[in-house]
Amino acid sequence: MATTSHTASENQSGVKLPVLEREKLILNDRSYNWITERICGVLENRQPFLWWLLFIPSALIAAIGVGGGLFHLVSTGVGVWGNTNRVMWGWPIVNFVFWIGIGHAGTLISAILFLTRQNWRTSINRAAEAMTIFAVMCAGIFPAFHVGRVWFAWFLAPIPNANAIWQNFKSPLLWDVFAVSTYFTVSLIFWFLGMVPDLATIRDRCKPGLRKILYGIFALGWRGGNRQWSHYEMAYLLLAALSTPLVLSVHSVVSFDFATSVVPGWHTTIFPPYFVAGAIFGGFAMVLTIMVPARFIYGLQDLITMKHIDNMAKIILLTGTIVGYAYLMELFVAFYSGAIYEMDAFKFRIAGPYWWAYAAMMSLNVLSPQVFWFKKCRENLWVIMIVAMCVNVGMWYERFVIIVTTLARMWLPGDWKTFSPSPQDQMLFVGTIGMFLALFLLFLRFLPCINIAEVKWTLPQSDPHHEDKEEHPDAGTTSIPAYQKELAEAKP
Amino acid sequence: MSTTRKRVYGYLAEFKSASALYKAAEKIRDAGFRKWDCYSPYPIHGLDGAMGMKRSILPWFVFFGGITGTATAFTLAYSTQVVIYPTVVQAKPVNIFTIPAFFPVMFELTILFSGFTVLFGLLALMKLPRFNHPLFASKQFHRATDDGFFIAIEARDPKFSPNATRDLLSEIGGSNIELVEEEES
Repeated sequence: MATTSHTASENQSGVKLPVLEREKLILNDRSYNWITERICGVLENRQPFLWWLLFIPSALIAAIGVGGGLFHLVSTGVGVWGNTNRVMWGWPIVNFVFWIGIGHAGTLISAILFLTRQNWRTSINRAAEAMTIFAVMCAGIFPAFHVGRVWFAWFLAPIPNANAIWQNFKSPLLWDVFAVSTYFTVSLIFWFLGMVPDLATIRDRCKPGLRKILYGIFALGWRGGNRQWSHYEMAYLLLAALSTPLVLSVHSVVSFDFATSVVPGWHTTIFPPYFVAGAIFGGFAMVLTIMVPARFIYGLQDLITMKHIDNMAKIILLTGTIVGYAYLMELFVAFYSGAIYEMDAFKFRIAGPYWWAYAAMMSLNVLSPQVFWFKKCRENLWVIMIVAMCVNVGMWYERFVIIVTTLARMWLPGDWKTFSPSPQDQMLFVGTIGMFLALFLLFLRFLPCINIAEVKWTLPQSDPHHEDKEEHPDAGTTSIPAYQKELAEAKP
Repeated sequence: MSTTRKRVYGYLAEFKSASALYKAAEKIRDAGFRKWDCYSPYPIHGLDGAMGMKRSILPWFVFFGGITGTATAFTLAYSTQVVIYPTVVQAKPVNIFTIPAFFPVMFELTILFSGFTVLFGLLALMKLPRFNHPLFASKQFHRATDDGFFIAIEARDPKFSPNATRDLLSEIGGSNIELVEEEES
């Protein structure tokens, strides 16, 4: 834990203030070589039995759910989904918003925490970015097939076609196409460029052969010279600066799909920030869900420390509370507006036939993270895993509540229907979970799951002036008791 | 007798830490070398100054890439929505004043084009991909991506001399000094 090590050099006239030492990001004073060995070991050694135990079922579920499910859907028609009545967005859009939200934590960790110089991000950013890519891949399936005839999905692209009709650039659905495809592309570039030095590390460790050639191709011939690092660092900074507004825009645009419509319960200005906070909230829960087990399986405790997990738990608490505020504010605005349709929409959500979904959303998203106020809960991995799972489920329910309960009660009472998902709906959703896990396990198997170069950079000896700093004249001059005594004496 | 001729690439010397590399870099910079580089497993902050390098010009590429994206999106939206094929949807007007509705796409394409400019601009500036390099022939250079800190001074530098450069490297703390040669067919 934090101890005083030296005092601040300013404040010569007054009391010397003890400076708290930062907690170490990498434990046990590991060497550069240890870091290389441990992270490369994850993909160079034989995978543990547990890997196969997880991979085979995930791959099968993905093949049956996504492969089989989509084959059945395309060969029969979208009517096999449950969204055949007025609730036409149904599960596919619920799942789309759910998955796209999961991705946001990855970009937040890699971009926003980079710009704010949060060095603890280095241990988790690679895996979180991989999660972003795979989550967006899962998300993309749903709208692509929800268009009905998937072989016409290319009509979404702004290219001249035989109908001579262009896309409607004033439609949030088209904005979504641009936002999500840009998000995927830029995230992929960010992920790949961040990995180039680490791929070179693996290349240099391989024996000559096919493996070395393949890693060599993707490492692009990286040599690690400062004339490369200099441009590389600039590129990384630029991508972080570009991704920060991008990630905020993506879920804002997704929320425009709802907020720009004239539908009670959707037509609110709070939607963009509320969606973005929810996305980060759900994404961090997913990062914890997959990183806490991976950390154990591969023995990465010195790299992903309790400090990292503690920080993530705090972000979950913060964003969960913002989401809770948004839920309550929605209710307040509905009440305060005096609009009967708006009020009815929320009464229906809370007390209608979907009350259980609303209750699940409220308790899982708003109440469950509140345990993170307590340090004991942030230190107990079981509590963390349970809360993370609660949030994963709760965030899915949030999208269900927003989409299904609203569409089930639109303007015309003749349109009022209830929604129930078909087996094909459920199959495809479970299939995407399998696909996500299978892709993530393949990532652990073939690519460096922690950013080797950046983790080395966070070690204290990586600072070229590290040796100069150790001879600081103030080092260790004041202890806490001495400081308190001095403070007591200084009081008039 | 071997028929392959070898060409000298330069000297490669190892340094024991980031600080040693930093101090050595300052001395080589002051000695007036131009064709040389420091190799490290992670980016060392401040080394650009110690090597006398300028700030990367990549942001300029990206600025123009981004502007191209904004212009592309505006042209695409304006020309198709207002000029070529105005489609009236929900009685919304068709004129330049609907431009706020084009902002999301303009923003996204700005980011997309900038992202691609970062990727290709970076590759051009780093002169990558380049799959082979004389330094890869060195027996110790693989450690530059693990835990080694190296300086390589190229033979094509006008200040390079086989003996003096070698002495300079060992004087400033370099060890395992190696003459790297590339094969020439």
